[in-house]
Amino acid sequence: MTGSKSQASANDADNSVDWPRQIYDLFKQHRIRQVAMVPDAGHAKLIKMCEADDDMLLVRLTTEEEGVALLGGAWLGGDKGALLMQSSGVGNCINMLSLPISCAFPLLMLVTMRGDHGEFNPSQVPMGNSTQAVLEATGVIVKRADSPDTIAETVSSALRLAFNTYRPVAVLIGQGVIGAKDFRKLTVKGTTE
Amino acid sequence: MSKLLHRRQVVRALLKDRNGMMVVGGLGAPAWDITDAGDEPTSFPMWGSMGGAAMVALGAALAQPKRKALVITGDGEMLMGIGALATIAVQQPANLSVVVLDNEHYGETGMQRTHTGFGVDLVKVAEGCGFKRTLRVNTEEDVVKLRDMIYNQEGPLFALVKIDAEKLPLVLPPREGSYIKNRFRIAVLGPDAVHDE
Repeated sequence: MTGSKSQASANDADNSVDWPRQIYDLFKQHRIRQVAMVPDAGHAKLIKMCEADDDMLLVRLTTEEEGVALLGGAWLGGDKGALLMQSSGVGNCINMLSLPISCAFPLLMLVTMRGDHGEFNPSQVPMGNSTQAVLEATGVIVKRADSPDTIAETVSSALRLAFNTYRPVAVLIGQGVIGAKDFRKLTVKGTTE
Repeated sequence: MSKLLHRRQVVRALLKDRNGMMVVGGLGAPAWDITDAGDEPTSFPMWGSMGGAAMVALGAALAQPKRKALVITGDGEMLMGIGALATIAVQQPANLSVVVLDNEHYGETGMQRTHTGFGVDLVKVAEGCGFKRTLRVNTEEDVVKLRDMIYNQEGPLFALVKIDAEKLPLVLPPREGSYIKNRFRIAVLGPDAVHDE
């Protein structure tokens, strides 16, 4: 590890690559129509772009497992979809993943990591630390992208893997990409976000 | 003799001459019920994924807005995925009906009582979520009305059918997921669906 990298603060996200736009472009290229999500700050820009696109249908979920079932039904009816969530939501999906696994439904899950790189919130760590192991134990193929310049290629390969070989594939976008939220900074009076 | 409706009679009445309607059966007795009414390629009986039936139906309904979609599930299965009622209502799919066969018990696990037997009112939940139409079904006349609403009116519709907690012989659908999926896709999308995206 280089000196400059090791000094980089966890909440200094690298914004030089517009990876949300790259994911959106991949969605268009692969004709993704139903975009199901429980929001995460890391997905905020992508969600906005999908919502503004008349050819896409943004489906707000109350819990992430709804999206696993939704996209099974979408595939039955001929729609391709993607499921956006943060890593906490992976735990909510586990039993529902028996559906795409037993029926060989394609499923793309884009998971922004919490409880990962430089986390501040202790409650995020148990699920964040177990996300990859739990998904893999359930039978989901997992790919990680830990720097902005690798996200597009990782999502592109995951899309092809999911839809060409009929199986659930998750891309974990590392917290180092998005930056950890420092709650102490949010306690200052007058700070709105 | 109970005056409650009998589940298989209700489901047969709803699925007779269904005209290509997509039908999801929630795990347990509703999956056997839709199979008893006649196993069809546009049926998707669920063997697991409890709480997911209504969402599978939503995904299919959104993908095929010109085709009717119906989910038939039990009170226990609907309770586990109760948030789906909120998610469906936000989307307002005009072609989707949600029918809950409510015997107030978990039938597959030894007839333990569910919340609906203690006053939890799924019709009020659906109304509160914003379903366009709701219906309580207690008599054979109500079943006729329900059938008309499913086939001839715009949804989303939520109906709660109070049924007898009878134990019936199982009528098993196919259980190999790829087969159930592909026959459904071929029926809805045509023979190329097993090759194309």
